[in-house]
Amino acid sequence: MKETAQRRPIVQMQGIDKRFDDDLILRGIDLEIGEGEFFSLLGPSGCGKTTLLRTIAGFETPSAGRLILDGRDMAGVPANHRPTNMVFQSYAIFPHLNVADNVGFGLRRDPRNAQDKARAVAEALEMVGLAGYGRRSATALSGGQRQRVALARALILKPRVLLLDEPMSALDKKLRETMQAELRRLQRQVGITFILVTHDQEEALIMSDRVAVMFDGRIAQMAPPRELYLRPASRQVAQFIGFMSFLPAQVSGAEVDVAGLGRAGVEPGQAPGGLHDGQADIGIRPEMLSLVEDAPRPGQRLSEGVVTEVEYYGDMSYYDIVLDGAAQPVVVSMKNLPGGVAAELGDRVKVSWDASSLMVFPPRS
Amino acid sequence: MILRVYVLAYMVFLYAPIVLLPLFAFNDGTVIAFPLQGFTTRWFAELPQTPALVQSVRTSAIIAVSAALLSTILGICAARASARYDFSGKRAVLGFVMLPLVLPEIIIAVSLLVVVLALGLQLTAFTVILGHTLICMPFSIAILNGSFSALDRSLEEAAVDLGETRASSFRRVTLPLIAPGIVASLLIAFTISLDEFIIAFFLTGTNPTLPVYLWGQLRFPAKLPVVMALGTILVLSSVLLLCLAEWARRRGVARTGRMDGGFLG
Repeated sequence: MKETAQRRPIVQMQGIDKRFDDDLILRGIDLEIGEGEFFSLLGPSGCGKTTLLRTIAGFETPSAGRLILDGRDMAGVPANHRPTNMVFQSYAIFPHLNVADNVGFGLRRDPRNAQDKARAVAEALEMVGLAGYGRRSATALSGGQRQRVALARALILKPRVLLLDEPMSALDKKLRETMQAELRRLQRQVGITFILVTHDQEEALIMSDRVAVMFDGRIAQMAPPRELYLRPASRQVAQFIGFMSFLPAQVSGAEVDVAGLGRAGVEPGQAPGGLHDGQADIGIRPEMLSLVEDAPRPGQRLSEGVVTEVEYYGDMSYYDIVLDGAAQPVVVSMKNLPGGVAAELGDRVKVSWDASSLMVFPPRS
Repeated sequence: MILRVYVLAYMVFLYAPIVLLPLFAFNDGTVIAFPLQGFTTRWFAELPQTPALVQSVRTSAIIAVSAALLSTILGICAARASARYDFSGKRAVLGFVMLPLVLPEIIIAVSLLVVVLALGLQLTAFTVILGHTLICMPFSIAILNGSFSALDRSLEEAAVDLGETRASSFRRVTLPLIAPGIVASLLIAFTISLDEFIIAFFLTGTNPTLPVYLWGQLRFPAKLPVVMALGTILVLSSVLLLCLAEWARRRGVARTGRMDGGFLG
């Protein structure tokens, strides 16, 4: 990975397996996370992402493999001696302590005197925007405030790695967006490595330097958000991140013949499974197709079809269009600009596309 | 309307005898019968001047405190295990521990006596403590189970994550949060042990517990008013202790912000 080559590795995993009874929750996880990186573990529930995070924290012991944190092998090192701190999904705010005592909880073994500790707590609270909240009862806080307390409590110990277990899942949409932006700002400010577990692909794309997509205990793809979206390594990843339409095609050499689109030349980079003559599925993102009235711009190709469904989202509209010669529809997204192209249900429309935006996947068996 | 009459009658039958207790405790006459003879506190004054009675109070106190401590400590272990871990036969084991709750006490008492004698143990306060711990355990576990299951599991993990050991995180986080449950368990177990008669009667040695002593005194009609006075004190302190226990438990619920059922409503 280009990005990590420049960064000093802070988390290294080699062949990590985790077995619960007879179930393999993690299967041969290899990864390297750089210092100061914002890294996300993304996947559906049950894919092992939380187990992986808890393995780094020291709450789970891997059944096989090596975990190295900050250059030190973590085998036999308990959670309380690891250079990591965690923000729990429930935030795990201690209900019997006030906000300041929660934030200062981990400073007990700190050699500084009480006054310096109190100052550190005040600074940590200020950093998360809760200055002056120290004497409040921890149980009287809102969801967003609890998350801030959990962040301050972890960051005050200056960990090498901050682990975040689905920290936004309990917040409503608006608050979640605010906290995402704030978390990103905080991470840049403190420069600590953040590892975020999430099932929300949008959240992972917005926040991360790099994302590992996990399915069934394995890392399916590990890449920066842009690469993940534009060059998904498999159909599974493509479908999990954003939306993708699929059309059947025939491959011969470096050319594909796609139902509804026609013949097009493709680069090897567009075929993560390799280009093999014969059956294939072509994937295309909704925004890579546009409705047009006139002839396409140079380099663009043109196909025709019929609108079978329109979904209006305010700023955007999504059209299901069955192209001539295709059996299933493709989805086209269009910005609803004043004077822009729009269509009604049943209209015959022209669709423009670019050969470089096609992805070639092995056919669904 | 009928229901109200029924409830009223029910309360009268249930609690009228208890009301009679203080009534005759303050009655200036040795015969327990109406009409009342006049007000006196001499029965209460006589209490501390009866050495056998003082001795039985001391025995009961020692037994009740020991049984409360034992059943609460064992209850903490059992409740924590049941709330935190899944192991095979968990339900069976827990059901077995709760069994004394539904078994007739006389059965428990007789079987304990058989076991104790078979083991060749002397019947002392110690054997009563063992018996009382057995019947107090289900109550302690029920209360503490509530405390532990209301506790977010990640709280202890968070403490460990912030640098505490397993033991110190239990002390700094778990213990303060289940403290109300512990207090409730101690008080209820103490009360149960203090009032318990059958097991104490079977397993007690030369030093009878208070209820056993009282039962012995009933043969002497002249002693009845003193027994009434003592009974009055016992009822009052029992009610007081139960209220304290319930208050402690509710404070725990308020603190963790969750309902944990409890068993006193």
